[in-house]
Amino acid sequence: MKEYFQNIWYGLFTVFVGMKVTFKHLFVPSVTIQYPDVNIKLPERERNRLYVNMDDCIGCDQCSRACPVSCIEIETVKCIPGEDLGKTSNGKKKALWVTKFNIDIAKCCFCQLCVFPCPTECIYMTDVFEYSEYERQNLVYDFVTLSPVEIEEKKLNYAKLEAEKAAQKAAAAAAPPPAKPDAKAEDKQ
Amino acid sequence: MIIYDLLIKFVNWLQSFFVQNPSVLLSDVLAMIISAALPLIFVLTFVLWAVLAERKVSAWMQDRVGPNRTGPHGILQTVADLVKLLQKEDIVASENDKPLFNLAPVLVFSGAYMAFAIIPFSFAYIGSNIDLGLIFFVAASGFVTAGILMAGWASNNKYSLLGAMRSAAQIISYEIPTLLVLVTIIMITGTTNLRTLSEMQTGFFWNWMIFGGPGLSAAKFLFIPFMFIGFIILYISTLAEVNRTPFDIPEAESELVSGFHTEYSGMKFAMFFLSEYANMFAVSALVSAVFLGGYQSPFGYIGNLLHITWLVPIEQFFWFAFKGIFFVLVQMWLRWTLPRLRVDQLMALCWKYLIPIAFVNLIIVGLITVL
Repeated sequence: MKEYFQNIWYGLFTVFVGMKVTFKHLFVPSVTIQYPDVNIKLPERERNRLYVNMDDCIGCDQCSRACPVSCIEIETVKCIPGEDLGKTSNGKKKALWVTKFNIDIAKCCFCQLCVFPCPTECIYMTDVFEYSEYERQNLVYDFVTLSPVEIEEKKLNYAKLEAEKAAQKAAAAAAPPPAKPDAKAEDKQ
Repeated sequence: MIIYDLLIKFVNWLQSFFVQNPSVLLSDVLAMIISAALPLIFVLTFVLWAVLAERKVSAWMQDRVGPNRTGPHGILQTVADLVKLLQKEDIVASENDKPLFNLAPVLVFSGAYMAFAIIPFSFAYIGSNIDLGLIFFVAASGFVTAGILMAGWASNNKYSLLGAMRSAAQIISYEIPTLLVLVTIIMITGTTNLRTLSEMQTGFFWNWMIFGGPGLSAAKFLFIPFMFIGFIILYISTLAEVNRTPFDIPEAESELVSGFHTEYSGMKFAMFFLSEYANMFAVSALVSAVFLGGYQSPFGYIGNLLHITWLVPIEQFFWFAFKGIFFVLVQMWLRWTLPRLRVDQLMALCWKYLIPIAFVNLIIVGLITVL
């Protein structure tokens, strides 16, 4: 009988204890972060969308070769003599026109392996993670700064240069047996 | 065309009815219809508010924000939900018992709405001032059981049927302590008419039934502890009757999907939802009418003080809504505090604790009244 009343008392009492707890929580400020309006700061070295700073890119293709999923595609064209491509921020001289620099971020596995080999530190991970798209094709990011016309021009320039060189070579080959220093130079080639 | 013919027939019948019965006035009939529709307006606005309140209260108790995108502070959330429910497809599965399936939500809501007929919103307004008010209320809430059982059976779904059966078992069990407490009240007051009951508790709050009822006899002070016990029992058992947590085993999301309304969608689901919240207010109103003076103000009326007679019913309505909504909020508070009971715990609470205590309470109060 004693247990019976103890049960009742205990039951009622614990209900009120619980109600006290929930009542206190009515006035606790909410812990929710209103995500699209408020963003929490991400950790310092978070790995999200890749970015390439094309001003610094020398087109060395090391990132593309480091990528385990082959999501970076790079094509380059050599510059012709007389063209000045400028220098990178750490003083390296650029020698290649980057005509294609595609990163298919849909393939990217965020391993950051492309970041380390970069000699000019121009490819890096950013804190941007809101880049969902309706079309998969839209996830292929193109970082090339040249316009298609310019790309054609550079390609053409280089082709011309090659053609000129080939013509020179052909001319040299067709020419009568040259003097000694010339022959040495040809051997080198 | 059939509908049109029926309409013509109905209008003709109405005309002949009023011609043949000159004692029935058209204005009276219209007044009746309007007076029957008034609680509906109250119920709909209350439900719109209560659903939002439930979500907000739950959010705040769990340190969340709750709905806050639809309108300022999310106040239009329920309206948006309602519009969404109206637009939804009304799915009826091929193996459902269609007539019963369609009838069940209507029955559940009419059961919930029936209870509002006897609820005294103020001295000036009570849907139907019948003498069997308290008993009618219990009968009306029993009527809901039939609708729930019908919904569970017609859904042809094991979860629905289990939920409906649990609900029936629960409501039938918990009607006993409810009635025992109500009988206790009837023994003291000698009336089951809710308006008379509320009028008895007029004056100040110490005239409320929970403080032993009106008057200043020795019995009044003897009643007080037993009235408190009765109040707690009535509150718990009515909570169980409306299938709210911790007594929500008929719906038990984690066990039965959502119980008897698993198969319902669109407006029919909205009907169940509406009746659940309407029932919440109805039982809160009953508890406050029986124990806390119904529509009576605890401190007297400003209208009486200033001799503005029309202000008094408005104040009474305010106090009634205040008490009802307060108990609804306590129900929500309990919902987000307590875990769900098991079936055996539910039955044990009713048959081993509430009924014996209510019965002993009844006997003691009876003895005090006789002496």
